[in-house]
Amino acid sequence: MQSIVSSHHLCFAPPPPPPVLGHRLICHSLPSIRLPSHRSPTSLRLFSCAAESEMAAAAKEDGQDLRIPKIASSIRVIPDFPKPGIMFQDITTLLLDTEAFKDTIDIFVERYKGKGISVVAGVEARGFIFGPPIALAIGAKFVPMRKPKKLPGKVISEEYSLEYGTDKIEMHVGAVEPGERAIIIDDLIATGGTLAAAIRLLERVGVKIVECACVIELPELNGREKLGEAPLFILVTSDAA
Amino acid sequence: MFAVENGLQGDPRLQTISDAIRVIPHFPKTGIMFQDITTLLLDPVAFKHVVDIFVDRYKHMNISLVAGVEARGFIFGPPIALAIGAKFVPLRKPGKLPGRVISEEYELEYGNDRLEMSMEAVKTHERALVIDDLVATGGTLSASINLLERAGAEVVECACVVGLPKFKGECRLKGKPLYVLVEPSQLD
Repeated sequence: MQSIVSSHHLCFAPPPPPPVLGHRLICHSLPSIRLPSHRSPTSLRLFSCAAESEMAAAAKEDGQDLRIPKIASSIRVIPDFPKPGIMFQDITTLLLDTEAFKDTIDIFVERYKGKGISVVAGVEARGFIFGPPIALAIGAKFVPMRKPKKLPGKVISEEYSLEYGTDKIEMHVGAVEPGERAIIIDDLIATGGTLAAAIRLLERVGVKIVECACVIELPELNGREKLGEAPLFILVTSDAA
Repeated sequence: MFAVENGLQGDPRLQTISDAIRVIPHFPKTGIMFQDITTLLLDPVAFKHVVDIFVDRYKHMNISLVAGVEARGFIFGPPIALAIGAKFVPLRKPGKLPGRVISEEYELEYGNDRLEMSMEAVKTHERALVIDDLVATGGTLSASINLLERAGAEVVECACVVGLPKFKGECRLKGKPLYVLVEPSQLD
């Protein structure tokens, strides 16, 4: 196992502007992506960035975190799932790779430990896999954000748009308190609809969103734009050819 | 088998865990006293106790695979897997897992449901642990055992945070031992 000899500094440079698109890209028309799978070695463009004025500034270190290419290569891409035209980013293969899974959690924990974060909110269901280990390691509570009718007792809910129709996510009343500092975790950000709804839910009860954190971003879908003031931290992107 | 029957009698962590679980009466339907573990997740000390107890039990059992049942098994399984150096395998509702899957049907009170696992998840003869938050009828855990055994794994044990009292003693599910931390909490 490779050990990281240099310390992992956070990148605080502002992100480069997203590519200007002549038309609205939707998931169906996503061209072949550059994110490597087990089976096909392809070049990988890595992009890891965050900007948060409350965190101490630190210079970006030259050279990448050596853990990230291994994490990226552990993610499997399944074409035409759940429907034709969609390239599904399958993190279950990352979970089968003990080193990659540990590295993923370690990177997030290194970033969020000691920052006064008391809430890790995870979006059902894959956010439930990544959120709790991070919460435990940084001493924060884990708050599940669930599909409707799953949480017992009193909930607040937030609606968000899908391609066709709407969906809702819910959180327990009393799970969080005003003034708490939170991160929101999911495996992937695509259009940003779910994360934006999670942000709104937490902000409605007075929680400060320090950052949204995902393993994977699909930047062509411009999910970042839906997040408002909340920064986004990701480990790997899938990139148009 | 409950933790108190197996070396943890008097361990104050068990009371902390039990106290952190909230009871919601008549959810999802009348007559059911729902054991809500989300309040345990809001208590980092209690949540850590759960993980620590399971990790202490399983870290020297040569377990290379932890399977967690959707969705609350996804919360408890990964921290255990990470701590013992095992891989995590999600067992999911139908249609969620991409790629090739095997599926197992099981009975609900009314009707049936199905659980799926990726065909690539298991190497033959791997030693596996199954995790869920709670065991009631044992239907879901039994389906999980079937999935893992069909794929060639050896299920060492099933582990749950909460279990009905009928699982005391040498109670087994499909011949596999069951390890439970606490009985259901009562309403105050």
